[in-house]
Amino acid sequence: MSSRPLDKTRDAMEGRTSETGFDHELYRLFPTHRPRPEGEVEELERIWDNPKGWGLLTVVNNNYIGFFYVATAFLFFLLAGILALGMRVQLAAPLQDFLPQETYNQFFTMHGTVMMFLFAVPMVEAIGIMLLPQMLAARDLPFPRLSAYAFWAYFVGGLCFFASIFVGLAPDGGWFMYPPLTSIAYSPEINTDFWLLGIGFIEISAIAGAIEIIVGVLRTRAPGMTLDRMPMFAWAMLVFAVMIVIAFPSVILGTLLLELERAFNWPFFDPTRGGDPLLWQHLFWFFGHPEVYIIFLPAAGLMSMMVATIARTELVGYRLNVLALVATGFISFGVWAHHMFATGMPRVSTGYFSAASMAVSLPAGIQVFCWIATLAAGKIRWSTPALFVVGSIVIFVMGGLTGVMVGMVPFDWQAHDTYFIVAHLHYVLLGGMVFPMFAAFYYWVGMTSTNALSERLGKWVFWLMFTGLHVTFLPMHLTGFMGMPRRVYTYLPDRGLDLLNLISTIGAFIIAAGVVVFLVDLARSFRFTTSDDAGNIYGGGTLEWLPTGMYSTRSIPLVKSREPLWDDPNICDDVAAGRYFLPNSATGLRETIITSPINAEPQYLQLMPGPSPWPVSAAVFTAAFFLALTVQAYAFSAFSGVVAVGCVLRWLWETDRPIKQDTADIGGGIVVPIAITGPSSHGWWALNTLIVVMGMIVFMGIFSYLYLYGINPSFWIAPPPLLQTGGIAALLLLALGSVWLSRRILASKPEKTFPGQGPWLMGAIGAALLCAAIWWDWTGWTAAGLEPDASGQGATVFALLSFQTCVVAVAVIMALYLGYRSGKGLLVAPASVTLDVVVRFIGYAALQGLAIALVVRLFPGA
Amino acid sequence: MVSTMSNPASDIFDAWWGWPPPVLDPAGPYADSVVVLAWALIGMGVVVTGIVVAALYVAIKGPERWRARLGGEKAVWIGGIAFPGVVLTGLLVWGLTLTASLTEPVPEDAMRVRVTGYMWWFGVEYLDEDGDVVMRDANELHVPVGRPVVVELFSEDVIHSFWVPNLSGKEDMIPGRTNELVIQADSPGRYGGVCAEYCGGPHALMGFVAVAHEPADWNAWLAGRRTARPVAADQDVPGEVPAILPAVEQTGGTNLAGRQLFMDSGCAACHRVEGTEANGLVGPDLSHVGSRLTLGAGILPNNRGTMIGWIGNSQAIKPGNRMPSYDMLSAEELEAIAIWLEQQR
Repeated sequence: MSSRPLDKTRDAMEGRTSETGFDHELYRLFPTHRPRPEGEVEELERIWDNPKGWGLLTVVNNNYIGFFYVATAFLFFLLAGILALGMRVQLAAPLQDFLPQETYNQFFTMHGTVMMFLFAVPMVEAIGIMLLPQMLAARDLPFPRLSAYAFWAYFVGGLCFFASIFVGLAPDGGWFMYPPLTSIAYSPEINTDFWLLGIGFIEISAIAGAIEIIVGVLRTRAPGMTLDRMPMFAWAMLVFAVMIVIAFPSVILGTLLLELERAFNWPFFDPTRGGDPLLWQHLFWFFGHPEVYIIFLPAAGLMSMMVATIARTELVGYRLNVLALVATGFISFGVWAHHMFATGMPRVSTGYFSAASMAVSLPAGIQVFCWIATLAAGKIRWSTPALFVVGSIVIFVMGGLTGVMVGMVPFDWQAHDTYFIVAHLHYVLLGGMVFPMFAAFYYWVGMTSTNALSERLGKWVFWLMFTGLHVTFLPMHLTGFMGMPRRVYTYLPDRGLDLLNLISTIGAFIIAAGVVVFLVDLARSFRFTTSDDAGNIYGGGTLEWLPTGMYSTRSIPLVKSREPLWDDPNICDDVAAGRYFLPNSATGLRETIITSPINAEPQYLQLMPGPSPWPVSAAVFTAAFFLALTVQAYAFSAFSGVVAVGCVLRWLWETDRPIKQDTADIGGGIVVPIAITGPSSHGWWALNTLIVVMGMIVFMGIFSYLYLYGINPSFWIAPPPLLQTGGIAALLLLALGSVWLSRRILASKPEKTFPGQGPWLMGAIGAALLCAAIWWDWTGWTAAGLEPDASGQGATVFALLSFQTCVVAVAVIMALYLGYRSGKGLLVAPASVTLDVVVRFIGYAALQGLAIALVVRLFPGA
Repeated sequence: MVSTMSNPASDIFDAWWGWPPPVLDPAGPYADSVVVLAWALIGMGVVVTGIVVAALYVAIKGPERWRARLGGEKAVWIGGIAFPGVVLTGLLVWGLTLTASLTEPVPEDAMRVRVTGYMWWFGVEYLDEDGDVVMRDANELHVPVGRPVVVELFSEDVIHSFWVPNLSGKEDMIPGRTNELVIQADSPGRYGGVCAEYCGGPHALMGFVAVAHEPADWNAWLAGRRTARPVAADQDVPGEVPAILPAVEQTGGTNLAGRQLFMDSGCAACHRVEGTEANGLVGPDLSHVGSRLTLGAGILPNNRGTMIGWIGNSQAIKPGNRMPSYDMLSAEELEAIAIWLEQQR
């Protein structure tokens, strides 16, 4: 055994050493042999039972939320597809009047926006929420109410956003909404605000989902499922979620800045006042390109799993595939400016981004050849999913190759913004995401439906879509070469474009025919269920094919390999007979086992919240808040915002309660604690993920500030005096100190209930200090003569201060909530997650304030 | 609609889009080398797709022995890492070298023009060695054959993009920035151009024409514009009488009526006509509109009929453009204006 940390990690991963001190010998107890007492399954069913009728709105279980989520995302796929058909009809011949110019411009903006933000990202996230708990054999994801909230916010917000097209108020600036076209001067109507609104919802639900998935994948895997044995989809979702956490803050900041510019005239993107339109492009594409991989990687994970089943052999190159997923995630953050080659970037920069764009195709190549090698190593069994999988490999490779082409700078100068790009991106997205999704529908439908889908109709669906795709998009490469720019509502006759466009339109209807056949198949065969499902139609080897109910599996298996169902023929019976972990409800409540992140050793039992009306209420009022803000009904907006916060607090109120027992037997006589605090707790992981999100927003904000200084320093004024900066820093350091003290008190009192008000009082003092610091920081800049609408400096500085103000406001609400709970005697040691989370959040807010104050006051200095 | 007015035989269209695809049909050195690259990339795309499809075929239907070879990590290393690694590195080196050669410092003898993007047309200014404006025009760029031309790209409102595929790749026109693009035509001809960056509204109908002349013809063309009236009348020394009076002043008749109507109908508020009191800068400069090949920013051939149609009903031809339809004017009045504008060459 080596003492180097990397070796330790590897040894732990391979199961040679223990990660947490858990004795691996205990694994030998499973499967157990003693008969289980009667009534355990019935009790599980009772505990995990769902409300019926209108009560379904209060459901939080992943079986339901995941299904709602997938269905809603698919609805948006259909809606955005109908928009595409409308566009293709308009372009079938030159100078047609089918869609007037304004309508067409709204259609293509909505098509792109809805497909990217309301279909693709939510769809892969939805599939994750639906499949991951079963795949990891967890009872549910760790934050079911958060999932429910994210889903309902997306559902209500997404539908309202989409409805803007029916009243002619849909955004019309293209899905990447470049200012100044989208600034108030050129888009004075509220169309653009609707876009920002729609994106706002998907930002909320994507971040919430990412936190859920990171913590879920790392902490709720079945015991023994080391990282090295994790299903490839879980790996893909882990990388996906980490990428969301890094990439989405950039677009969150971008949309905030654009809205601030539109609402208050802060000139982030206005070059006449020291802003720069290209700042938006950097912020957007720093998110926008990883976004493509955010969509592709989960689909690739699904592919890897289906390929193994279709070929009836383990995936070839498992570790290479993991490496490819992680490498894609890394490299994808270094390619964003390849969307900006035509903006007049310096040659050195284009060279770098070109190289990175080439590099990112290597991991894609690895995955493709892993799939091909797997098909060669096994023996294919043809089925609808197999057709879609093989078809998607071909399509994706073709799209990837045109991607390599446009990664070459001189070629891109020609192809950029033409129909060649339209062809490229549709090949990549259809081959990389839509086809795998259809394969997955056929493959996994057995988990949620009493019947399988029809193999006969499935073949029709595939061939229609596959043919239609090439008929539609192959000619577009040529229309691009012939000089047809993208985003044109019409084109002139006599330019040779008529025939090719007509062919593309016909192709679009062939695709649509395929989708219609799929809908027919759904209507005929799909019947939602959580218990008597059609099961493992294609003979998959991973845990989601264990017998399940609402509670997921009866007992949580010990995982010894990557395809446990293939390697252990008895595992289904043993799991159903309760011969593994947690064969019952140890506490009489909803619960799941939290395991260690690398090695999946059991650590503690998490109690999970059940159905509640508060997440859906919070989501509805969050949606109302944003919608009212968009249509400038400020009073109603404020009211909804307050109610939404109230609903969130109400939903939290009943969580984190004292319980009668400290420990529980999770089977085989293994006793673990119930609910813990500190670095091992799932709440700690979730909060830290959120902190990364907020930190990234601030990082991108500071980037914007420095970027604008680099573009036009002549607008910059001197910062407030140094002494004041020191004072602000001192206040924030004091806040940090109070938080530290509060944690000390927490650590030093192992008793059940805290005597006195010490810990929360320290937190409250911290929050008060935060308020004082932000007030001083803000007024200091005002006194120094900085105005937010006067310059890029003013705009970015006050944007950062505004963000800090929001974070401080949240900290104050949390401190008050903590105080109220303390007063009610609900802060219970040693497991008060609430206290743990609140003081940590206040501590982070202090650090964030410190970073903002120091950077913008000290650089570039006087 | 445009279709009823445009003349398929019109000579502006013969060199515009269509066949052969202009991206693959270079007319100058800055497009030439890219075409070689483009064909190489297309070839690579076809070959690699072929390889992958063949590999899939072997994996699914191939003989046992071949499948065994393909079915291991070694195949991934070769097919997924080594092969693309070599191909991509080669391409990258080529691409970087080509980028470098295309962005080399501009030759000394380069001509300079300034092209400014507006919603939804292009303003064109010809510059002399000192960077002063020699002549203003719109939606049309005349260049001499064989001489590099530096196009300074600006925008007055939103982001546009300047693209003449036969002559070079595209470059964006960004408010607050100046981008420079070098183009060169090696054979005389008319080359279509468009705005490639979505700029709202009728972006689809924002085009222009680049016309390459033999150097002597180009000089003659320029001289033809310059003799029509003094250059940049507004920059002349106050009090000095222009050497050459605008041609229109000497003609009289309908033309003067057209001129009067032009001034009285508000056209002058947006359009500039050199040597007259029309000094608007919002719309395209009309000092030489009679000599232009197209109207409405590259969408209509320029003749009296289309001119009348454009003035009277521009909103039907190019919905959303900034020029109102002058449908309150009678047919005779429209014709009078059209005739006068025809003479602004």
